[in-house]
Amino acid sequence: MTANGPPFRLLPRLDDANRFFWTSGSDGRLRFQRCGECRHYVHPPAPRCPYCLADALAPEAVSGRGVVHSFTVNVQKWFPDAEPYIIGLVTIAEQDDVRLTSNIIDTEADDVAIGMEVAVDFVEAEDVWLPVFRPVTAGRPAPESAS
Amino acid sequence: MKADQLLERRAVISGIGQSAVGRRLGRSDLDLTVEAALVAIADAGLTRDDIDGLSTYPGMGMGPGGFAGPAGPEVQDALRLKLNWHDGGGEGAGQIRAVMAACLAVAAGLARHVLVYRTVTESTAQGKGGRQALGAMGGTGGSGGGAPRMMGFMQWSIPYGAVSAVNWLAQVARRRMYEFGLTREQLAQIALNGRRNASLNPNAIFRDPLTMEDYLAARMISTPLCLYDCDVPCDGSTAVIVSHVDYTPDAPRSVAHVNAIGTALRGRPSWDQFDDMTTMAARDAAASMWERTDLTPEDVDVAELYDGFSILTMTWLEELGFCGKGESGPFVEGGERIALGGQIPLNTSGGQLSAGRLHGFGFLHEACLQLRGEGGDRQVAGPPEVAVVANGGGPIAGTMLLTRGRG
Repeated sequence: MTANGPPFRLLPRLDDANRFFWTSGSDGRLRFQRCGECRHYVHPPAPRCPYCLADALAPEAVSGRGVVHSFTVNVQKWFPDAEPYIIGLVTIAEQDDVRLTSNIIDTEADDVAIGMEVAVDFVEAEDVWLPVFRPVTAGRPAPESAS
Repeated sequence: MKADQLLERRAVISGIGQSAVGRRLGRSDLDLTVEAALVAIADAGLTRDDIDGLSTYPGMGMGPGGFAGPAGPEVQDALRLKLNWHDGGGEGAGQIRAVMAACLAVAAGLARHVLVYRTVTESTAQGKGGRQALGAMGGTGGSGGGAPRMMGFMQWSIPYGAVSAVNWLAQVARRRMYEFGLTREQLAQIALNGRRNASLNPNAIFRDPLTMEDYLAARMISTPLCLYDCDVPCDGSTAVIVSHVDYTPDAPRSVAHVNAIGTALRGRPSWDQFDDMTTMAARDAAASMWERTDLTPEDVDVAELYDGFSILTMTWLEELGFCGKGESGPFVEGGERIALGGQIPLNTSGGQLSAGRLHGFGFLHEACLQLRGEGGDRQVAGPPEVAVVANGGGPIAGTMLLTRGRG
């Protein structure tokens, strides 16, 4: 049985730059900075748009859909008694150069594949909402997409 | 570019030294460094009074326990060096950035003989529970004394249990399998080749034979990478002396000439945002090195390519031009092309997979030995005229092209 991520999670330290990202899941939506000029999404958070250098970045919700760019099943027990868990690198549907390292949950390792479509969910821990991803399957609709 | 504009060609490696290398030696990093330094200084035909430059990677307490080695000032004071130039740090073109900096320093006349070292005591540190020191990788203590919180790059990775380079590079390996059809049997050749060569190296840590069956049966660390795809933490120090090329006639041993260095990083400096996972920064470092020389991959007689994880070596083989993009799997199949008598002898000391994780500098030491013809039972016939050394290969990478004669 593959666990839904590691049994113990060291959490990000919140600051003025990353707080919007790590608390975005409080309303079930995934957000990235987006440039008001060139409309690129930007990750990790930056002071100015690294594409066009405009000072016009603001958080904006995305669909939460993505594609598995690569993945690995971690077997090494970095944490006591840890079952294997799936680490995935997910490209967001909106822009193919924005990726998140995350966990692929609610699936078995043998069922994960590069190119597979996934949808965001969140693991709430203390004051953060960690975005994780589950496969989009016919029998299980993805969370309502954001507008 | 004209040869006289390539300042690295005003530098040579005039001396090399290595301390005892092993598992849990229980000796301090400073003790090991002084041992290696004294060997290298004597090897160069110098005394400590001749050393007027000092450089290291990374120094000053970077990373988890046993990783950084002693800071430059500790080594300077232990040897009472009188320095005209000194440098250290963990940023730059891989671990050998410290050697590149020394080359430029002697070319600029800031120093004449630079002691450059890289020291690890990771085996001893991990024996004391150092692997639990995740906080040293970018964390900061919680305000209530709770678990450390992650900052910088680590915040995007550690919360998901992606706690080690093996997790990041396993995804590189999986992507290469997807794009190029790489197989585990092909990847295994890096580990098997290293072990074959290590059996001929009396200083290697693992010298017992390793078979394909052993490899395929080994426990997984992070799929598709198994135990034998990961290098072996060790204790040890490597030192080299970088001298001005004018010293060559006075050097007692055959020097290694620096022909070109590769320092570029043109993609995003990130494990998970780099544009092409199948190349990572090896692409840029290799390309920038070949832009600085008339030599070509066909001229290289021995390749010492970083194998902190086997998959990195596969990437280096392609990016340095020993085979086409995506073709490293078929290239290494069977192991003949990369063996000591093969087309491009690879990781002749056993590499970090079998000889120990000397973190990049072991490859430089071995390249110099091979160019001198002092490789003992593992000497490549010739001896070789041209050697390439590659360090890193994730989001940081650096390369050096060394020649026996002046290029």
